[in-house]
Amino acid sequence: MTIQEDLKKRILVLDGAMGTMIQRHPLEEKDFRLGWFDDHNQPLKGNNDLLSLTRPEIIKSIHREYLDAGADIIETNTFSGTWIAQADYGLEKFVYDINFHSAKIAKEACVEYMKEFPGENKYVAGSIGPTNRTASISPDVNDPGFRGITFDELVNAYEEQTKALLDGGVDILLVETVFDTLNAKAALFAIDNVLVERGLNTPIMVSGTITDQSGRTLTGQTTESFLISISHMPLLSVGLNCALGAEMMRPYLQILNEKSEFAVSAHPNAGLPNEFGEYDETPELMAEQIKRFLDEGLMNIIGGCCGTTPEHIKAIADLAKEYEPRTFNFPLIQ
Amino acid sequence: MSKATLKLSGLEPLIATAESNFINVGERTNVTGSRAFLRMIKENDFEAALAVARDQVDGGAQIIDINMDEGMIDGKEAMVKFLNLIAAEPDIARVPIMIDSSKWEIIEAGLKCVQGKGVVNSISLKEGEENFIYQAKLVRKYGAAVIVMAFDEDGQADSYERRIQICERSYRILVDEVKFNPHDIIFDPNIFPVATGMEEHNNNALDFFNATKWIRENLPWAHVSGGVSNVSFSFRGNNTVREAMHASFLYHAIQNGMDMGIVNPSMLEVYDDVDKTLMVYVEDVILNRREDATERLLEFAETVKGDGKKREVDLSWRETDVQGRLSHALVKGIVDFIEEDTEECRKQYERPIEVIEGPLMDGMNIVGDLFGSGKMFLPQVVKSARVMKKAVAYLLPFIEAEKGGEISFAGRVLMATVKGDVHDIGKNIVGVVLSCNNYEIIDMGVMVPAEKIIQKAIEEKVDVIGLSGLITPSLDEMVHMAKEMERAGLNIPLMIGGATTSRVHTAVKIEQHYTKGQAVHVLDASRSVTVVESLLGQKKEDFVTNLKADYTRLREHHEKHRNAKPILDLKDARANRLKLDFKKEDISVPKQLGNQTFVDYDLTDLREYIDWTPFFQTWELHGRYPKILEDAVVGMEAKKLFADANAMLDKIIAEKWLEAKAVIGLFPANSVGDDIEIYTDESRSEILHTQRTLRQQGKKTASAPNMALADFIAPKESGLKDYIGGFVVTTGLGIDEHIARFEADHDDFNSIILKALADRLAEAFAERMHEYVRKENWGYDSNESLENSDLIAEKYRGIRPAPGYPACPDHTEKIDLFRILDATNQTGVELTESLAMFPTAAVSGWYFGHPESKYFGLGKIKLDQVHDLADRKGVEREVMERWLGSVTN
Repeated sequence: MTIQEDLKKRILVLDGAMGTMIQRHPLEEKDFRLGWFDDHNQPLKGNNDLLSLTRPEIIKSIHREYLDAGADIIETNTFSGTWIAQADYGLEKFVYDINFHSAKIAKEACVEYMKEFPGENKYVAGSIGPTNRTASISPDVNDPGFRGITFDELVNAYEEQTKALLDGGVDILLVETVFDTLNAKAALFAIDNVLVERGLNTPIMVSGTITDQSGRTLTGQTTESFLISISHMPLLSVGLNCALGAEMMRPYLQILNEKSEFAVSAHPNAGLPNEFGEYDETPELMAEQIKRFLDEGLMNIIGGCCGTTPEHIKAIADLAKEYEPRTFNFPLIQ
Repeated sequence: MSKATLKLSGLEPLIATAESNFINVGERTNVTGSRAFLRMIKENDFEAALAVARDQVDGGAQIIDINMDEGMIDGKEAMVKFLNLIAAEPDIARVPIMIDSSKWEIIEAGLKCVQGKGVVNSISLKEGEENFIYQAKLVRKYGAAVIVMAFDEDGQADSYERRIQICERSYRILVDEVKFNPHDIIFDPNIFPVATGMEEHNNNALDFFNATKWIRENLPWAHVSGGVSNVSFSFRGNNTVREAMHASFLYHAIQNGMDMGIVNPSMLEVYDDVDKTLMVYVEDVILNRREDATERLLEFAETVKGDGKKREVDLSWRETDVQGRLSHALVKGIVDFIEEDTEECRKQYERPIEVIEGPLMDGMNIVGDLFGSGKMFLPQVVKSARVMKKAVAYLLPFIEAEKGGEISFAGRVLMATVKGDVHDIGKNIVGVVLSCNNYEIIDMGVMVPAEKIIQKAIEEKVDVIGLSGLITPSLDEMVHMAKEMERAGLNIPLMIGGATTSRVHTAVKIEQHYTKGQAVHVLDASRSVTVVESLLGQKKEDFVTNLKADYTRLREHHEKHRNAKPILDLKDARANRLKLDFKKEDISVPKQLGNQTFVDYDLTDLREYIDWTPFFQTWELHGRYPKILEDAVVGMEAKKLFADANAMLDKIIAEKWLEAKAVIGLFPANSVGDDIEIYTDESRSEILHTQRTLRQQGKKTASAPNMALADFIAPKESGLKDYIGGFVVTTGLGIDEHIARFEADHDDFNSIILKALADRLAEAFAERMHEYVRKENWGYDSNESLENSDLIAEKYRGIRPAPGYPACPDHTEKIDLFRILDATNQTGVELTESLAMFPTAAVSGWYFGHPESKYFGLGKIKLDQVHDLADRKGVEREVMERWLGSVTN
């Protein structure tokens, strides 16, 4: 069964936060270097993507926890896996390794799970983050025409990441946390280049970030504008993640539900950060809010972003089972 | 699933559906079409270039075309820089971008800069299929729509057959081979000039129409666009003819399915407004209806040679004689040359007064006629008046210097806003319109007591008195005025105007008290000229006779109607009160009790909360925003006015002309009968103020209750703890100095715009504060998420009724509202003796938060409630009778 067919039948559950789960492990600087970067000249602690290389067993166990909780799609540990993001650590050269091994670990976790529970379909989504630069906004307030990154550089970085993720065995490519649609368009451009070159038809998910209740992305687009701006690609799904908790995300998901020809996804945060910067919305509370999405028939894919844990995903997965997925037709023009 | 046919995006979406109107593409950010824009780019003046883009968007362009194709500049660099700068300007970037170049590398560089879905202008088969496919694939990959020119290896399509053949071939390649989304294909089947004198061009327009029709019928989903001004190329220099040609061409093109295009709005006449004779000649050419069509139009064109619509750069009108120039400046509202022209004219006449009585009055007569016949709109007339005032101001010293210099006017009109009222926008507009029609205006300003008006009217021997007022107590002041004029033995006609005045009120409450003279209601400024002319002209007797008969009929009808509509006794109305099922969960405890003051609130934040529709109403342009900007009749003027208003708003914000202050407060409260007890604190032991609300007394149908605002607050005996809020906001602080500046410059236009904008900002501020209260301060709807249009449509929970308005017409409630908010100290807003707020750009009211609370109109009440209210308030019954006169049956 293809994921497209699967999506017609049920609501698929995406996994939860990777960072929150990594924090449960007491990790030191040495854990981020182990066997790979022992002599690197810059501190690496906090560069979570590296753990796929240095502590792969931790990452794999997290994937397994999410699968056990009921996630159907797990995301690779590659949110910062571009040379643009890794440049801060001087690790541009290791981007291929990060993505390849991250994808491999996730795929292994899925294969092992499916062996134990035959008949359940589990998928790996290669997580493609926004990078830490924006193509539409100047980093210099005095020079609004300046850009810290160009479209061509973004395409170059995303091509490299895409190739490595595909080599590692991902089933889906997930362009997520889109705060600048131009960055996302560069990612889609790069993905198209790679897929055409390899003759592949790998499904693509895109997930944008509405930064606050203005209902706009960081670069100022409304939800509908964001949707229109990425609809030139035959996507598997379009959705929203991060920045907002489930409740605040609902009006924008309603827009996607109404306007999108693709499947609709959401992976909200566990509420908003408290005064200590922690996400403390309980699984029950989050599930209660997500129930409203489901009652309204808004969703095809649902999961969690910052602050969510296997407990959250379990609550969501238990709920999603009870509901029919949002109906949609894949667009005729592919 | 959406049926949309073309979806584009900037920061906001632009969706063309089969039903939506023609999409207008702004063309001024194009170096090949605008010399001014080219100069800005060459001189690296990107600030100015951005202003051009912003101006187009403000003026209603739904897409902006950007072209940097010029040999002297690095087109690629200029395109990238300009697009990056636009990305930082949300008021420009909200619309989709059309990247226009004949060079692929510039197009591709541009595509890499826009986050939205724009349009590429253009690609074609000119350099063969391979190149076409290559470019089309990339356009699709960058996520843009595309304009395809009807052009192939053999050249540009110039016949119907070639057009459809090339378009079909292009379409098949795009859809079948490139897999291009057909919704995103826009054909430009080439608009070529007609009436060039060459026979082979005669069918150019018709071929375009037919090709357009064919494309729309045979190439599913594809769109048609074009540059309209090409068609009139051979009539350069004769804008009247060009505008008529554009109007005709566009009309037929749209009929045939053209749904997008580049049209310069200042070079377009409304189809129905084109002179009928001219239109016949033009359409003979456009539709190729007769062989000699071109010759006939050329010949006729000589007779209508004119400037047509004003273009900024078009100064050909400066070449006519000085009388013609004055007349032109007046009709077009151009102040730039008025002093030098007036001076030149003054030298030609024996006496300076003759300049006014001659050419200036002639010009204003044209303005008056055009306005009277609906061919000019109020904003244009006010601009004309500004020109007139400047010319007269220039001449006055010369007139005064000579003996016996006195201007002969058609009449002298005294205008005043009545005692207790401070609203003067309407009065000023009427003054301007009348002065445009050669009436001398004596404007006494605002808050003018009756005795002063009467004294002045006698001293100055005025011919008409015009009274204005906005708040309901002003209605009684006008009644008072009529009685005083009667007592003084005057017979000067009395005009009544202002938002709360009406023909019925004038007939029922005013007219019969003034038997020696005639009182007449004037609905709006455009009627004022006719009314004054009728009152002063030879037909006065007929006019007055008819008016009297009309008003008598109204009075009788009103009397009958009054008795026909049953009104309940107060006790029966109370028995039928609205009984809400108050529940604890419907009442939220405010996050913060007590008062909160805001000073120097950011006007930028308020801008997006503006409800523009009433702004256009002020100018007697009727229609809802934003649709009004596309209105067939007033759209053009509405757009200009909107652009002017936004330009001023930019200044108001940048230069801090106005200060916004507000105070809001939330208090524990419970209802007791028709009253609301407001307590000092949550102990609810001390009453801060008892708000007396009025109850509807009209007899209702079976299930409908007789409502009072108190019904929305939980009764004391319910034991539930309820709350109420109050607010006073203003954005009028600091306005006086700028109004004075405009008035010193005889600039009514900007003065009125500023006042109207300040009013809009105050309403926007009230909207913003209400949202803050709902979402945060009271916080009962913290998840609310509404667009401005939803706010305007009041789609939120709770209401904010204002004392003096339909739900609570009792203005005297403002006194205690201000007291408990300490509003005058906190915001600088004061109350006049009629309880109007000053500065006028201010809003006050109460907040009710119950989910069932809603706006209602009190309607007529009986004297029993007026007296009951007076007793509850502890004031003389006569006092409340006066305050509530306008709602008492």
